[in-house]
Amino acid sequence: MHDVVIVGGGNAALCAALMARETGASVLILEASPKEWRGGNSQHTRNLRCMHDAPQDVLTEAYPEEEFWQDLLKVTGGETNEKLARLVIRASSNCRDWMRRHGVRFQPPLSGALHVARTNAFFMGGGKALVNAYYRSAIALGVEVRYDTPVAEVEMDGDKFEAVVTEGGERIPGKACVLAAGGFESNREWLREAWGRNDEGEWPADNFLIRGTRFNQGVLLKYMMRAGADTIGDPTQGHCVAIDARSPLYDGGICTRIDCVSLGVVVNRLGERFYDEGEDFWPKRYAIWGRLVAQQPGQIAYSIIDRTVVGRFMPPVFPGVTANSLPELAAKLNVPVETFVRSLDSYNAACRPGAFDHTILDDCRTEGLEPPKTHWARPIETPPFYGYALRPGITFTYLSLKVDDTAAVRFADQPSPNLFVAGEMMAGNVLGKGYTAGVGMSIGTAFGRIAGTRAAAAAMGRTVPRSNIDGRH
Amino acid sequence: MAAIENLLDLASTAERELDRNAAEVDRILHICNACRYCESFCAVFPAMTRRLDFSVADSHYLANLCHNCSACLYACQYAPPHEFGVNLPRTLAQVRKDTYIEYAFPKAFGELYRRNGLTVAIAVSLGIAVFLMAAITLRGGLFVSGLNSDFYAIFPHNLLAVIFGIAFGFSILALAVGVIRFWNKVSEPGKPVPMSNAVTEAAKSALTLQYLGGGHEDGCNNEDDAFTLWRRRFHHFTFYGFMLCFASTSVATLYHYLFAIEAPYPLLSLPVLLGTGGGIGLIIGPAGLLWLNIRRNPMQTDASQHTMDRGFIALLLFISITGLALLAFRQSSSMPLLLAVHLGFVMGLFLTLPYGKFAHGIFRCAALLKYAIEKRRPNPIQAGSE
Ligand SMILES: Cc1cc2nc3c(=O)[nH]c(=O)nc-3n(C[C@H](O)[C@H](O)[C@H](O)COP(=O)(O)OP(=O)(O)OC[C@H]3O[C@@H](n4cnc5c(N)ncnc54)[C@H](O)[C@@H]3O)c2cc1C
Ligand code: SF4
Ligand code: SF4
Repeated sequence: MHDVVIVGGGNAALCAALMARETGASVLILEASPKEWRGGNSQHTRNLRCMHDAPQDVLTEAYPEEEFWQDLLKVTGGETNEKLARLVIRASSNCRDWMRRHGVRFQPPLSGALHVARTNAFFMGGGKALVNAYYRSAIALGVEVRYDTPVAEVEMDGDKFEAVVTEGGERIPGKACVLAAGGFESNREWLREAWGRNDEGEWPADNFLIRGTRFNQGVLLKYMMRAGADTIGDPTQGHCVAIDARSPLYDGGICTRIDCVSLGVVVNRLGERFYDEGEDFWPKRYAIWGRLVAQQPGQIAYSIIDRTVVGRFMPPVFPGVTANSLPELAAKLNVPVETFVRSLDSYNAACRPGAFDHTILDDCRTEGLEPPKTHWARPIETPPFYGYALRPGITFTYLSLKVDDTAAVRFADQPSPNLFVAGEMMAGNVLGKGYTAGVGMSIGTAFGRIAGTRAAAAAMGRTVPRSNIDGRH
Repeated sequence: MAAIENLLDLASTAERELDRNAAEVDRILHICNACRYCESFCAVFPAMTRRLDFSVADSHYLANLCHNCSACLYACQYAPPHEFGVNLPRTLAQVRKDTYIEYAFPKAFGELYRRNGLTVAIAVSLGIAVFLMAAITLRGGLFVSGLNSDFYAIFPHNLLAVIFGIAFGFSILALAVGVIRFWNKVSEPGKPVPMSNAVTEAAKSALTLQYLGGGHEDGCNNEDDAFTLWRRRFHHFTFYGFMLCFASTSVATLYHYLFAIEAPYPLLSLPVLLGTGGGIGLIIGPAGLLWLNIRRNPMQTDASQHTMDRGFIALLLFISITGLALLAFRQSSSMPLLLAVHLGFVMGLFLTLPYGKFAHGIFRCAALLKYAIEKRRPNPIQAGSE
C-alpha cells in the first residue's frame, strides 16, 4: 500500500506528489489521461503570479503582498478568504527556487504580454514544459505514475480516507490521499445544467468551447459533494473568455484568443453592436467578453476590423474572413447585410477625431452612439475588411471543496485526518469568482505543496506544526 | 520522349513537395505566433514575431536558423496527437533539406541531396579506387617497405597538392555560390546596422553552439523531454577536431613551401600534434553524434535525411580512424595501402562538401548572421502589448 495516493496529474497533483516524496512517503499518482495528454489544464498555462519586494530574475520592480491582496479582493468582489489568500500570496514569493530545483525554468515575459512583466513569472516553454519537468523529477525520485487511470470513487470510513476505486473497478488503498483532479469545465452535461436555459429557450453552454483538457469531468467533485463534503464557490459560474469560434472543442489553449476586439467593433448574429468595445485595455476586458458573447443569440459574435490595425494586435491563430467591402463581409459572415452596414455606418459617422494610440487609453471615441465606444474608435473604412467569429471559451469553474489552511477536505466543518485537496478543486476558496492572470498556478502550487506535506505526515503518523506550512519552506 | 516527360514529372513533384513543406511552416508558425510560449528557447521564435505571414524565403531562413534542439516539440501543447499537429523541428528539418537542394551549385547537383547516401558512397569509392590505382601504378604495389614514413615517396607532394587543391577549391566555390544565392533570396532591405557587432554575435552563436543550449543551458532533447548537453559537446569535438585537422594540414603546407621542411614530421611537431588532437576529436565527436542520432526520437527528425546525417558522420569517423592508423603504422610496409585509403576518404569528403551534411554549417551561419542583423532593426510588427 502506498503512503500517499494522488488523484490527478496536473500542477497541483505534481506539487503534492513531489512534496510528499521529499518527506519520505511512498507516492502513487493516478492520472486519468494517457501520457500524451497528461497535465490537465496546467499544460496550457504560461505563468505564475508572484509576490516580490524587489526585482527578481524575470520579474521587474516589486509586487508587494498588499498590492497582490488588493488585486485579488478587487477581481473576486470580496468572494475570497483573506487568510488563505495571504497564505497563497506569501507562498508565491518563495516557491520558485523549489520549482527550479525540480527543473522548471523561467523566461522573461512573452512579447505581447509585457503588461504583466512586473507581476507574473513566465514558464520557459509554457505549462507543458513545467509539467514535463515535474514528471521527470517525480519519476527520478521514485514516485509511481499510472496514466489512463480515471478515479471514480473515494472510499471513506466516516471522515477517514481508505481507498480510491478506479473507473475500471480496481480498488487502490492508501494511507492518505490528495485530490487534485481539476474542476468540471470539461463536463458538457454539467455545464449545460449549471448555465441553464435563456429566455429564447437556448441552452447557452451547448455553444461553449472548452479551452483546456477534456479530462476534467468533475467526477470527484460530484462524488465528494454526494459524500457530504463541504463546498464553496459559485456552482453556476466559470471563467469564460471570447475565443475564435473555429477553435477545437477541447484543448484550444491560449492561441485561440482574439485580440482585436478593442481595435474595431463587435456585432452579434443580427448585425448589431451590443457593448463598448473600447472600455478598457483588452487584457482587462477579455474575460468580460466571454460572458457578453454568451448572452447574444446563438452565443456568437463577430469582431470586425479593417486594414489599418493589422499588425497592432497579437496575431490570431486562424486567418480572418476577408472582404473588400462591408456588404461583402456581412454576406460572407452570414450576418444580415442591411443591419450590419447600418451598424457600421452609424459607428463610422459617430467617430470623433483624436490621436489614435493603442498603447494608452486614447481620446478616439464616439459621440451620440449607443452603445458608445470610448477609446480607440476610428472609422472602419479601409479595405480589406476582416471578420473573426467569437464564441465563449470556458477556462475553469469555481465550484470547490471547502478547506482551511491545512488543505484537508471537510465534512460538516470537520477536517478529514487524511484526505486533502489542492488546485482547481479548491481554488474557489481563494477565487470565488473573477480572475487575475497567473493566480490559478499560485493557488495550485501553494496548496499542492501544503496538501502533499500534510498527506505524507498523516500517512507516516507525524504532525506538521501549522507555522511550517504557511509557505515558508 | 517518355523519359523526358518522366523527368519533368519528377521535377514538378519535387517542386510541389517544396511548396508543401514551406506551406506547413506557414501553417505552424501562425499557431506559434498566436502562442509564443517557446520564445526563449532559440532565435527562431523572436524572428517569427517580426512577421505575420511566412513566405517561402522566410521558411528557408527560419529552417536554417533552427538547430533542431527539439525543445519546442516537447513543450508544445499542440504537438501530436493534438489536432493542430504542431511539430516544428521536423517541419523545419524538411525545409532545411529543400534549401540545400534549391541553392546547390551547379543547380542540377542539388539532386545529389536526395540520394545522399549513394552520393557519398560513390564519391568515397571513387576516391579510394583512384588512389589505390595511382599507388600501384606509381610504386608498383600496395605494400612497400623501407619508405620510412615518406608519404611523398608514394604520391609526390605537388601531385597531392594539385588534386586536393582542385577538389577543395571547387567545393568552396560551390558552397560560396550556394550560400550567396541563399542570402540573396532571404535578405531584405532595411536600415543599416553596425555590421561588426552583428558578425561578432553570429560568430559567437555559431562557435559556442548557443542554440543547442535550449535557452536555459540545460541542453537539447534527444530521446525524450529530458535535456542533454552531450549533443553540443560531441558537436564541439567534431567541429574543433575538424578545425585542428585542417590547421594541421595548413601548417604542414606552410612548412613545405615556406620553410622547405618536408614530411614526415616528428611526433612532437606542430602538424602531428594538431592532427593527432584533431583526429581524436574527430573520433569522439562523430562517434557520440552517431550514437545520439541513432537513439533520437524519430518525431524530431525527417527520416529521409538519416542517410545524409549518418553518412556524413561515418565519413568523418573513417577519415579520423584511417588517419590515426596511418600515423601509427607509418613505418610499416602497409603504409601505402593505408595512405591510399585515407586519402580516398578525404577525397570523398572534399567532393561531397557542397552536397551533403557539411553544408548545414554554412547555411546556418548565414541564417545566424541574418538574425543578428534583423534583430538590430526595429520590429515592424507592433503587436499590442498594452
Ligand atoms: C488555456 C488556459 C490557460 C491558462 N493559463 C493560466 C496561466 O497562465 N496561469 C495560471 O495561473 N493559470 C492559468 N490557467 C488556469 C490553470 O490551468 C489552472 O488554475 C491550474 O492548471 C489548475 O491546476 P490543477 O492541477 O488543479 O488542475 P489540472 O492541471 O487541470 O489537472 C487536473 C488533473 O486531474 C486529472 N483528472 C481529472 N479527473 C480525474 C479523475 N477522475 N481521476 C484521475 N485524474 C483525473 C486530469 O487529467 C488532470 O491531469 C489556464 C487555464 C487554461 C484552460
Ligand atoms: S511550438 Fe507549440 S508551444 Fe511552442 S510556440 Fe509553437 S505552438 Fe506554442
Ligand atoms: S527545434 Fe529548437 S532550435 Fe528549432 S525551432 Fe524548436 S526550439 Fe528552436
